[in-house]
Amino acid sequence: MELEAAAALGKFFGAGLAAIGSGIAAVGVGNIAANFLAGALRNPSAAGSQTATLFIGLAFAEALGIFAFLVALLLMFAA
Amino acid sequence: MAGEAQSEGGLVFHPLDQFMVKPLFGEGPVQWYTITNVTLWMALGVLAVTAIFVFGSRGRALIPSRAQSVAELGYSFVHDMIEEVTGHDGVKYFPYVMTLFVFILASNMLGLIPGSFTPTSHIAVTAVLGFGVFIAITLLGLINHGLGFLGMFWMKDAPLFLRPIIAVIEIVSYFVRPVSHSIRLAGNVMAGHAVLKVFAAFAPLVLISGFGIIVTPLSILAITAIYALEVLVAIIQAYVFTILTCVYLKDALHPGGH
Repeated sequence: MELEAAAALGKFFGAGLAAIGSGIAAVGVGNIAANFLAGALRNPSAAGSQTATLFIGLAFAEALGIFAFLVALLLMFAA
Repeated sequence: MAGEAQSEGGLVFHPLDQFMVKPLFGEGPVQWYTITNVTLWMALGVLAVTAIFVFGSRGRALIPSRAQSVAELGYSFVHDMIEEVTGHDGVKYFPYVMTLFVFILASNMLGLIPGSFTPTSHIAVTAVLGFGVFIAITLLGLINHGLGFLGMFWMKDAPLFLRPIIAVIEIVSYFVRPVSHSIRLAGNVMAGHAVLKVFAAFAPLVLISGFGIIVTPLSILAITAIYALEVLVAIIQAYVFTILTCVYLKDALHPGGH
């Protein structure tokens, strides 16, 4: 019985810890957007052609945050 | 605080119930041939796309009607994207990329109708799309370049002693591609819809407790704001899925970036 309670508690702890991963991914996404904006303001004429690269970079950074979110979901609802 | 805990107990949080796959007619287990709500919303997505693209461009007017403008804009958007990313010889594969784009976009947008179902929120759906792209592009690379396609993993520019290490990293990242490709789409869509449901669950607090006077308007405001964000996410994720397909396609057509 004690073990089950500890497992239930661990599930919530693990989900909470996984949420930190989402937050760190947010830092990465913000970093990419900020750097893009900084570069785009210096050379606005080149910015338009680089939006595709921006979105690819955002997608890669965000995917890892989504993985963390997935771990949280699995812990909460599937484990 | 005890009263708050009680009132919290009156709220119903089921953010993931909306992703339940249910048979459309009657009860019973879901078999592979069962017509479920996923089937229904996929079919509706295909119908919506067909309606816009077939009936929209039917008139072929010189001055386009609204539906024709939408169809032409969507067509040239994807066409320009594939030409810009993969180069001119990628345009051959335009129909596949366009199909992916409009299917994902239609599923995402129809899923935003309250009470509807989003097929792209299921990894089972997006994994088929993602692995389809992966297998198609691997085969394409092997057919076009033979074993030269494997040269993609063997960096000629790197120092010799680093090449095996880079090769291992490249191979691992190549095989993770379909996983991240599909989980990104499903995860984004699912996360957004779950957040909407969590805020929606706070909305009826006004019926239960005095805190509701503050919480209910705030949560309705939050739902509105997040809904707007979800519209953006629906479009951006369709775009990201498509442009990553184009990037992978470029690798298959020009391995090693030439």
